[in-house]
Amino acid sequence: MSSKLLVSVIALAFVAGCARESHEWHAKSIRGLMPPLEFTLTSENGQEVSAQDYRGKTVLLFFGYTNCPDYCPTTLSRLKLALDKLPDLRSQVVILFVSVDPKRDTLEYLRQYTSNFAPEVIGLTGSMKALSELAKRYRTTFSYGEPDEHGFYAVSHGIAVYAFDTAGAARLMMLQEEKPDEIAADIKQLVELGDSP
Amino acid sequence: MSPGMVLSTPATTRRKSQVLLEWFLPYRFSWLAVTFFPLVAFLYAAGMLAVRQRGGHVGIARPLAFFVGLLLCYIVLHTRFDYYGQYLFFMHRAQHLVLHHVGAMLMALGDPVLFWGAAIAKSGLRLPRGVTAVLRFPVAVLQHPVIGSFVFVGIIYFWLTPSIHFDAMLSHPLYLLMNWSMFIDGLLFWLVIVDRRDPLVSGLPRHGTRLAMILGTLVPQIVLGAYITFSRSDIYDVYSVCGRAFPILPENDQLYGGLLTWIPPAMMMLLAALIVLSMIMKASREESGEIQAGTASP
Repeated sequence: MSSKLLVSVIALAFVAGCARESHEWHAKSIRGLMPPLEFTLTSENGQEVSAQDYRGKTVLLFFGYTNCPDYCPTTLSRLKLALDKLPDLRSQVVILFVSVDPKRDTLEYLRQYTSNFAPEVIGLTGSMKALSELAKRYRTTFSYGEPDEHGFYAVSHGIAVYAFDTAGAARLMMLQEEKPDEIAADIKQLVELGDSP
Repeated sequence: MSPGMVLSTPATTRRKSQVLLEWFLPYRFSWLAVTFFPLVAFLYAAGMLAVRQRGGHVGIARPLAFFVGLLLCYIVLHTRFDYYGQYLFFMHRAQHLVLHHVGAMLMALGDPVLFWGAAIAKSGLRLPRGVTAVLRFPVAVLQHPVIGSFVFVGIIYFWLTPSIHFDAMLSHPLYLLMNWSMFIDGLLFWLVIVDRRDPLVSGLPRHGTRLAMILGTLVPQIVLGAYITFSRSDIYDVYSVCGRAFPILPENDQLYGGLLTWIPPAMMMLLAALIVLSMIMKASREESGEIQAGTASP
């Protein structure tokens, strides 16, 4: 009995070890650590969209808000610069900018904001519940600062970009250090991999 | 800026009762928690009844210690506390302080092995031999003085290794494994240290050995806590990456977390040393009492 258990534990550990990354990435691999992409939100065009709608594309997901003074514009700019380096592949990539400030970020604001960066950037928003669920799924959170006299308030949110392959499996977590060249190299490799492990 | 402010923004206007309820509801529901905690509480209560029925002494101190410890562990694992534990480093350290030290030690002070054993014996249930054998071996290994001490400290270092900590904070299964392994390891360690029975009867390490276990684990904990406290770089950047529960400077978060890894655990170890010393004194008093009684009778 106990030896059987031991064998299965070793086997499990071996399988878990095999699921580890065999590719070279600039970003952090989150393969096997995070669940596949799943959500139902409203796109900036007013349509209800789900993760299924983006299967077949390499998806980059980022949480933010349009009034963001720092991380959101710089991150989206870096992603845009990375896509500019991949003219042949960019049609196979979609960047989902999930606004966690639904009170201020109307669909129109979102459309305007994302068009500043690249056509591949799509703004998404939704109910507080849907946004919290998606944030929780990717182990991140957001909260609101106190409004100033003009009613402006900051939103604290995670700063990682999550990358998913064409099957929706979680693959990479891009942090703030990666340069556009490195992001481009990772996106290229992801697109070429498709949904193969 | 306090965490309450998040709830008072117009986007999330909710009734006070809902907000209050949220503090008691788990951030992420766990079958393990809702099975484990009621089960061990029920077993302990049944054990109290069984001990009382056979004329044994139950008292108030032991059940109080056990249930307070159990409740603390439940609160940090399965209420809103867990949300803050996931999104603030210092709250994560507070969570592990309860799981590995305070809560686990209080539970061990409640003599759970005695009461669980009494409950199982009373029920007449016999665990299948395979199950007891599978359980007994790792417990014996983890309660070996050298291995037990090594694992007790090693598990803190392991989960606080930056790359491992990062992954544990991203993956929910790994996160559960981290918290529960800290809890179970803490419980097994303290069940050895504060066991009241005569070591010759229980087969557990002698009191002197237990003092050595305490001192041996104290120093590396202080070293790690001080290292985190005085470190200038952001060692655990996963909290910056994932966002914190409320705006707090990363260096302050790390500073408080370091202090929580350093001071309260060290104090718990010293408290444990005092408990063991009192056991030694009690044993020697009983021994001399027996000798005196022996010499008095012709």
